[in-house]
Amino acid sequence: MNIIDRRLNPKGKSLANRQRFLRRAREQIRKAVREASSGRSITDIDGGEGISIPMDDLREPGFRRAAEGGIRDYVVPGNKEFIAGDTIAKPPKQAGGAGGAEGSPDGGGEDAFHFVLSRDEFLDLFLEDLELPDMDKKNLQKSEQMAFSRAGLSVTGSPSNLNLVRTMRNSLSRRIALKRPKPAEMAELQAAIAELEENGDNPELLSELRLELEAQLTKSRRVPYIDPVDVRYNRFQATPKPISQAVMFCLMDVSGSMTEHMKDLAKRFYMLLYLFLNRRYAHVDIVFIRHTHEAKEVDEQTFFYSTETGGTVVSTALVEMARIVKARYSPHDWNIYAAQASDGDNTNSDNGTTIGLLTSAILPLCQYFAYIEVGAEYKDWLGRETDLWRTYKSVAAPNMAMRKVRNRAQIFPVFRELFSREKSHAQP
Amino acid sequence: MPSHDGLLFTGADWNFDKLQRTHDAIARIAHDELGLDTYPNQIEVITAEQMLDAYSSIGMPLMYKHWSFGKHFAADESLYRKGMRGLAYEIVINSSPCISYVMEENSMAMQTLVVAHAAFGHNHFFKNNALFRQWTDAKGILDYLEFAKGYIQHAEERHGQRAVERVLDAAHALMSHGVHKYPRKRPFDLAEDKRREKERQDWFQQNYNDLWRTLPKGGATPPVDEDLAERKRALGLPEENILYFLEKSAPLLAPWQREILRIVRNIAQYFYPQKQTKVMNEGCATMVHYTIANRLHEQGRIDDGTLMEILHSHTNVVFQPGFDDPRYAGLNPYALGFAMMQDIVRICTQPTAEDRAWFPDFAGNNDSWATLRHAWADYRDESFILQFLSPQVMRKLRLFHLHDKAEDDDMVVKAIHDERGYRQVRQTLARSYDIGALEADIQVADVDLSGDRRLIVHHRVANGILLDPAQAGHTLRHLANLWGYKVQLVEVDENGAPLHICEDMEPV
Repeated sequence: MNIIDRRLNPKGKSLANRQRFLRRAREQIRKAVREASSGRSITDIDGGEGISIPMDDLREPGFRRAAEGGIRDYVVPGNKEFIAGDTIAKPPKQAGGAGGAEGSPDGGGEDAFHFVLSRDEFLDLFLEDLELPDMDKKNLQKSEQMAFSRAGLSVTGSPSNLNLVRTMRNSLSRRIALKRPKPAEMAELQAAIAELEENGDNPELLSELRLELEAQLTKSRRVPYIDPVDVRYNRFQATPKPISQAVMFCLMDVSGSMTEHMKDLAKRFYMLLYLFLNRRYAHVDIVFIRHTHEAKEVDEQTFFYSTETGGTVVSTALVEMARIVKARYSPHDWNIYAAQASDGDNTNSDNGTTIGLLTSAILPLCQYFAYIEVGAEYKDWLGRETDLWRTYKSVAAPNMAMRKVRNRAQIFPVFRELFSREKSHAQP
Repeated sequence: MPSHDGLLFTGADWNFDKLQRTHDAIARIAHDELGLDTYPNQIEVITAEQMLDAYSSIGMPLMYKHWSFGKHFAADESLYRKGMRGLAYEIVINSSPCISYVMEENSMAMQTLVVAHAAFGHNHFFKNNALFRQWTDAKGILDYLEFAKGYIQHAEERHGQRAVERVLDAAHALMSHGVHKYPRKRPFDLAEDKRREKERQDWFQQNYNDLWRTLPKGGATPPVDEDLAERKRALGLPEENILYFLEKSAPLLAPWQREILRIVRNIAQYFYPQKQTKVMNEGCATMVHYTIANRLHEQGRIDDGTLMEILHSHTNVVFQPGFDDPRYAGLNPYALGFAMMQDIVRICTQPTAEDRAWFPDFAGNNDSWATLRHAWADYRDESFILQFLSPQVMRKLRLFHLHDKAEDDDMVVKAIHDERGYRQVRQTLARSYDIGALEADIQVADVDLSGDRRLIVHHRVANGILLDPAQAGHTLRHLANLWGYKVQLVEVDENGAPLHICEDMEPV
């Protein structure tokens, strides 16, 4: 008998099957994922998801008999009171009547198929077709980070990089080429000598063999088993690596005019952006800056939930952001993203300052700057668009986008619009 | 014998040493005392996740890739993670060596049970049962699956996943109609052909009626009939192995597509005996583990606690709730098989007058294991029940026969476990395990070769039960895709008169 321990075998043997399954049901799953994302609260978008999809393409049909009609005979256990000839009223029409052996095990009759997507699968589908906007490439060249990659062999190196296979191969070919005597041959010779010494009847052969052994020993000393010329090391080469960290600035107006609903919309947008950046960068920092007539860096809880009163001066947030970038996030080392959410209010006199700051200080720092105007369609008494919208509209920078979002259902489409693959490719 | 001394193990934890010792002790009982004849064993320890993996690929250690396995995995996994379903303690594969998967979570007592159950019970059954001997090739199956997997992977590389998936989907839909149900077709031989030809002539002569000669010749009806007979002969119709028919005769399939049909067909054929021997196979394994566990205890090789744990699982496995119990889900094959086999032992050793009347062949022969081995070797569920279900077991399980006619408001109790009812209950139960009762009888009846090449498929309706229309529609679509032209399904009654004609299905 054999006992084999298979526990260490690679897991996920059925991964390929799962991928085929997900591909087949892709349309339905994608729809379910999008629907799920508009319903669930933001904080758990980042988890796996149990979803139900219609069976459409997932049926495994067969020629099976119908569950109803015709004459059927069952043999059933557990008779307590019946005798031959008794009649039993049929159970009301539903599955699982007496002897319900005809149920279809493979979900022939089921309309939905329920299963769990892993977090990665969920996000893949959720953020499918989204692409980061083309980045300013000079940032990459300035990058200080280096990645090491294999680059052939070298004759020098540290012992930890020793390439044993190459070294031993060189050693073997050198030993063959220089005819180094094999240990087995020498042992044979020694045994023959020992035998001759014991019975001592052929002294000539004995001395001959001794000489030969002597020669072999000298040779094996002269041709070492491993020579420094054999040794090879794996060589690694340093190549500059794209910066794989990003910082995301969340700027939000928290003055009295921002309702809970507006904040919720903003929060959803930030959340999507965070998930998205997290998929693209190894490390993502978030900085929350909220402002009224003055701006402050706060933690997440305060950012979303504590209330504040005051006027609205947008430029203060931009000043604060510029300050933080200068202090902590050098644009050389960080990809900088900013998303600003506001109901569009701003103090009139501040508009000029804001636009000056944005074009001269903020946009050059950022990979991408998104402005989201949340809340009901707002127009002032002249029927004009909001102050901030009008102000920002005059900025024409490729790394700046602005959208209006009225309700939850619009968040995801707007987000997709901003980052859709076609758009980012169309850009110069 | 000295090696029989002492406990095999103590405590709940298992290790490879204990497993080996226990296996050897069990092997001694199984081979020397019970006379079992098994393939060499290979026991593989796996994790719960690997068990789920094995579930999804119909229990085989290697399998080609297909989305449906991924679907089953997703469904099983979501049930398992929610705690709605436990996992089997073992999976055993009809191969030589016989591979049994055991889970690492099992306690040592469970491992003992599993080794006795799978590695000896099922193993003996696989090696000796006539159906398995006739239809499966235990030595070749793993190599064949290796080939199948490689072939389908290669086909995917050459022709694309979608093209292969299309063929596999269709083949899977027809899988249960891809087996030869009767001993293999003999090679075509001329003598046989002549005989058949003569038979046809004879039939024609016997049915000759001079009256027909005087009828005015109308249209071309008679030639069509000759055509039909000729066509049927050439195509080997009617043919109930649809996959075989398509592999040999579908006009538009490429060679690789035919080979895939063949692979699916061979795998279906490999599983064909399992469908027909659920009661016997599980009964045999349960009987073996039960006997062996008790013997080990008698010999002092396992302690009381271990035996109790084994019996606890055993009792769960053979539990049979009554029809009115919410847990009822049909007859439990473990319970029925085990009860019948235990009863065979009783009849062999302590027969009553009733047993002597019912089973004169073996009542009181005092060689119960030889009787069991004979039953395991030569019967399948249907014939086993018909031959061996005793009045005692019917009384114990309180079996009764229910007759359900769709038009009537009530079901009728036709027979119960009493003197008048035994034979009828037994017959009805046996018939319900017949493969003909389990699966619809579908045959390829005709092909319109001169016209639009339409394929005509018949479902021979038994007891007025038609096919599930939605499922039949989807399956026909698959069939049409393989055939390449229109397909028509006709549901016919016992005399061949059409009851219901489904709409023609075009390939897409």
